[in-house]
Amino acid sequence: MAPINSTAAVLPANGLIQAQARFVRPRQLALRPGLVLAALFVALLVLAALQPGWLVSADPLEASARQAFQPPSSLHWLGTDENGRDILARLVHAVRPSLVLGLSATALGLLLGTVLGLLAGLGPRLVDGVVMRLVDVLLAFPDLLLALVIITFFGQGALNTIIAVGIASVPRYARLVRAQTLVVRNAGYVEAATTLGLPRRQVIWRHVLPNAIKPILILATIGIGSTIVAGAALSFLGFGAPPPEPEWGGMLAIGRNYLANAWWLVAWPALAITLTVVSITAIGRELLRRNEGKRL
Amino acid sequence: MTTLQRLAWRLLAGIGVLWGAATLTFLAINLSAGDPALAILGGPDAMPSAELIAQVRAEYGLDQPLWVQYGQYLARLAQGDLGESYRLRIPVLQVIGSQLGATLQLSLAAALLSILLAVSCAVLTANRPRWVRALVSGSELVLSSAPSFVIGIVLLLLFSFGWHLLPPSGSNSWQALILPSLALALPVAAVLTQVLRQELEDILEQPFIAMARARGMSETGVRLKHALRHALVPLVTLSGFVFASLLGGAVIIEMLFARQGIGRLMLDAAITKDMPLLLGITLLAAAIYGVVNVLVDLINHWVDPRSKSV
Repeated sequence: MAPINSTAAVLPANGLIQAQARFVRPRQLALRPGLVLAALFVALLVLAALQPGWLVSADPLEASARQAFQPPSSLHWLGTDENGRDILARLVHAVRPSLVLGLSATALGLLLGTVLGLLAGLGPRLVDGVVMRLVDVLLAFPDLLLALVIITFFGQGALNTIIAVGIASVPRYARLVRAQTLVVRNAGYVEAATTLGLPRRQVIWRHVLPNAIKPILILATIGIGSTIVAGAALSFLGFGAPPPEPEWGGMLAIGRNYLANAWWLVAWPALAITLTVVSITAIGRELLRRNEGKRL
Repeated sequence: MTTLQRLAWRLLAGIGVLWGAATLTFLAINLSAGDPALAILGGPDAMPSAELIAQVRAEYGLDQPLWVQYGQYLARLAQGDLGESYRLRIPVLQVIGSQLGATLQLSLAAALLSILLAVSCAVLTANRPRWVRALVSGSELVLSSAPSFVIGIVLLLLFSFGWHLLPPSGSNSWQALILPSLALALPVAAVLTQVLRQELEDILEQPFIAMARARGMSETGVRLKHALRHALVPLVTLSGFVFASLLGGAVIIEMLFARQGIGRLMLDAAITKDMPLLLGITLLAAAIYGVVNVLVDLINHWVDPRSKSV
């Protein structure tokens, strides 16, 4: 990749040529069945997040004491919970908050992490030292503990959960961006651009950032899965949305009390969380593998 | 750089990180919503008189300027004093000490279990037929991405409530330790296996392996005696990650299996907004993390003498 880029960097229309080269290159279409399933599941999740009503007709909040603890049947496919609410409807309606949390917390962590990482990677030594020590300090706190502290500090709520999970992931992205920036900074095409007299800001904006960001975006895809898990963990611990709202973590926490007689209360949310993370991770890893050009 | 210099340097860096963590902690206590004096007296609901608040302020040094308080805080920390829990009214260190044993037991069991699982699984499955690989990497993917509390719930469902083999909760018997440590160990083991297997497969291509085989060594011998030793190097580097996931996971696992320990303590502290206790635990976690990192660095040098020159 590097030799092609370094010749391309000599030409003014560098970005265009690169983009064309990317499209011309024949894509390997060796898709594996597992991957197709993962993509289908993610598509289903997106649909559930946008239009939950298209997938289930039951109301996720409608309780009825006489319907409590019904095992899976033709009427309630996945059974009903302790208040007689339809579990399938609750699962589907819980997708939106999960995805919103996953996407926005990852975006927040990525954004702050990128700013810090670029500062450290491109700034003077002193800035690098200060930023990276700060990152070291943050990294010393385990993720979940950091998120718990932030929630205790700012109070409970959907937005604060996003902030907590997002900030907890900042140090990892900052480290990645810095490492990647250092690699790209010393690459031939950046040297070429600098030698040609391009202003510093333009070199960073047009050469360093695009090349540094791609592998990081791919890792962030996998990160969406882990932020969804972190959100579910916080919700499981009782720091999520207040009770009647459907949330995977919260459903698990309540179902835990009825494990002895109603397995379906925990089995389905557990399956939903697992399938979501596994699908997202599988897709992310595939992207990573293709980007690195490894064997499939 | 000699080993001693390097060690000194690492220790210094570790102390720096701790100092930063302590500063953040101090800021968090002092900037958190609400007056510390009020929190000490039992929150706004207690409605203490103005004199009482003034008295508490003088007693805890809260009437001093912030930087004086910061200095006092650091001085107390240096003596190992983490302050007093708002809710329990006993020193934070004492509270933590009473619960540390249970968590250590759980994390050590989980750490041992994950290393054992990872090493045996990687040695057995490296460079095996395609279907074995597919099966193993599939389960690795599921186990490494599924959160430990989901794995824990599945284990509970099967072993405690399905087949009635193991107790679902408690922290007094060794049987009660099996499921929580397994739930904690499985995701970590899956990640370790992936790294270890990749490493083993790379190493099995090396000339010195061919040499060992040419001398008539058995496949098991080659894997255990030659390949494994080299493959363990990245595993040591990963122990920092292992520690962080075990500690973070312990919070949830302790809650799920109704065990005693730091995790539960931390959760209670978060729910009751007991800032000194919560931050004391966090600080302790950061300190242990720092120590683990220094140790990892040293062990790395010992296992892989090549890294000394770096």
